[in-house]
Amino acid sequence: METTNNIISIRGLYKRFPMGKDEFTALHDINLSFGTGEFAGLIGPSGSGKTTLLNIIGSLDVPTQGEAIVLGRSIGKLSPRESARLRKESLGFIFQSYNLLAVHTVYENVEFPLLLLNYTESERQKMVLDALEWVGLSPKIKSKPPQLSGGECQRVAIARAMVKKPRLVLADEPTANLDAANSHHILQTMEKLNRELKTTFIFATHDEKVISYLKRRIYLLDGRVDNEELTEAI
Amino acid sequence: MIKFLLKGLWRDKSRSRLPILIVSLGVMLTVWLHAYITGFMGDTIEMNARFSHGHVKVMTRAYAEDMNQLPNDLAITGADSLLAALKTSYPGMEWAPRIQFGGLVDAPDNMGETRAQGPALGLGIDLLSPGSREDERLNLSRSLVRGRMPDQAGEALLSDEFAVKLGVNPGDDVTLIGSTMNGSMAMYNFTIAGTLSFGASIMDRGTLVADLQDVRAALDMHDAAGEILGFSKSGFYEDGDSREMALTFNANPGNEGDEYAPLMKSLSQQGNMGQYVNITSTWSQYISLIFILAMSLVLWNAGLLGGLRRYGEIGIRLAMGEEKGHVYRSMLIESVFIGLAGSVLGTIFGLFLAYLIQKYGINISGMMQGASVMFPSSIRARITPVDFYIGFIPGLISTVLGTMLSGIGIYKRQTARLFKELEA
Ligand SMILES: Nc1ncnc2c1ncn2[C@@H]1O[C@H](COP(=O)(O)OP(=O)(O)O)[C@@H](O)[C@H]1O
Ligand SMILES: [Mg+2]
Repeated sequence: METTNNIISIRGLYKRFPMGKDEFTALHDINLSFGTGEFAGLIGPSGSGKTTLLNIIGSLDVPTQGEAIVLGRSIGKLSPRESARLRKESLGFIFQSYNLLAVHTVYENVEFPLLLLNYTESERQKMVLDALEWVGLSPKIKSKPPQLSGGECQRVAIARAMVKKPRLVLADEPTANLDAANSHHILQTMEKLNRELKTTFIFATHDEKVISYLKRRIYLLDGRVDNEELTEAI
Repeated sequence: MIKFLLKGLWRDKSRSRLPILIVSLGVMLTVWLHAYITGFMGDTIEMNARFSHGHVKVMTRAYAEDMNQLPNDLAITGADSLLAALKTSYPGMEWAPRIQFGGLVDAPDNMGETRAQGPALGLGIDLLSPGSREDERLNLSRSLVRGRMPDQAGEALLSDEFAVKLGVNPGDDVTLIGSTMNGSMAMYNFTIAGTLSFGASIMDRGTLVADLQDVRAALDMHDAAGEILGFSKSGFYEDGDSREMALTFNANPGNEGDEYAPLMKSLSQQGNMGQYVNITSTWSQYISLIFILAMSLVLWNAGLLGGLRRYGEIGIRLAMGEEKGHVYRSMLIESVFIGLAGSVLGTIFGLFLAYLIQKYGINISGMMQGASVMFPSSIRARITPVDFYIGFIPGLISTVLGTMLSGIGIYKRQTARLFKELEA
């Protein structure tokens, strides 16, 4: 594990949710660091806290205790505006259920993050076309999500997450709705982008296919880091 | 960005066309109902004004005490000079002297013996002098069922239902049996020129309409009139104006103690009509208010649902780094757009519908059979300036408020929660 080139460091992190009068502790004393270019995964059964941790890293949620420093910024100490800016400029999200905007075309879905970043029309066009090429969807540019297969939708979601070349992409169960062939296809795509663009990927998954691609596996159990393994040096 | 949002708005039927349709329907109903109530209430008042109450009515003080009894022994004498005085004093009004009376109508057989008889409500009005507007006011010519309008002295009209009951046809003679101004018995022969259907059952049951001069002769009421009705030339009853007019007229000093001195009453000051006028204006306000509230709730809900349904989309926009305030504002702008478009469309359609009903009316004579209050036989909407903006209250305000409320969820919830709801 590298300590110099860290883009994420998590120290003594707890996440508790109110549950009736009590609290439920979803994450216990998490200590983790991630370096640039990692292809890592949070692995564990349902309810083990993967999504909760990923959401905190993505500044969609905040720690109850401890700290999570992402790209030099301490999640939980950011104002809503600062955390929106962190997501806008540096983070990409991929979800299990794609979450595409159904009435917009493939092109427009991928273009959306760039609109938030105020790129000019010609810059946007080039970036969107590039991103669609990475995921092999150039022919489907004018289609709308309902006309696409699940695998194609997830590739659009990857293009949308990647189009602004973020430093960090967070993928929560990205293969859960896909068959084996499509799962391998999108994993190969992400592996390639990780290699070529040096984008850091963090997955949350319990899918064996995804796990087999990971270079670093972090096992969660009941909100604690249970075990960790590296499959190759980063 | 704006273009992107507009594209989404336009393409997503459930976000644009459907809400606009719902809003415009609600607005249309609001506008139409308001014009309808205004028209119906107004028509009912106008009808009672034209048939019996006037916008104002001049009587003797004593007559006014017992107005419902039609006490013609207390009628205005010297009616013609009073009429002339009223005409000069109130150029904005039209005046119509009338005698209302009760009597028996007797239909004789060939031998002159009574064949059939029935109680009648008699109405003596100015039918024959040129320029009289009584025919138009009481809608007589157009209510003719058989025969024609009287064109000479001695002719009268009967309500058709009554004529049928008596077996009387146009051209037949009938005898009116009543009482004179001094209380002795009066008999007078009329030739029935035509029969009428008023569409209001209390009128159709038994009415005789004759020229004022004939009635004066029949009842021995020379130069007298039970009442002189005044109608504003605008054609609409304005309660405030009429009360004001009566107040100044009655303030004439020197009349105290003279029970034959003339007294003016506004329509609302005559019997039950006062309550009706008050009920009318309060109820038309209440009904409109309740309806606007109901419509507001519906549209509010539509706004809320529209907002809630979109938590998924909102979640994804937030995840991509759009600020909450920006998302919220764009939702509000959308709802203003939808509320405005719906309100404008709905107001146009509502006004159009109301206009049709204002122009052609809805015939309700069938529904009002047996009603004891005089209702118009057809309802006409009346478009007032209020109708041009009243629909915007539910249409715009509640749609936007609904969206505002649902949008607060964006702020209250942790962004992560929006996804939880999304994945579920
Ligand atoms: N907003 C929340 N409120 C209460 N409990 C929650 C909330 N989010 C997650 N949890 C709980 O935290 C635990 C971990 O959830 P999650 O991170 O979604 O697990 P995973 O993604 O590994 O399936 C679960 O028991 C879940 O019920
Ligand atoms: Mg999960």
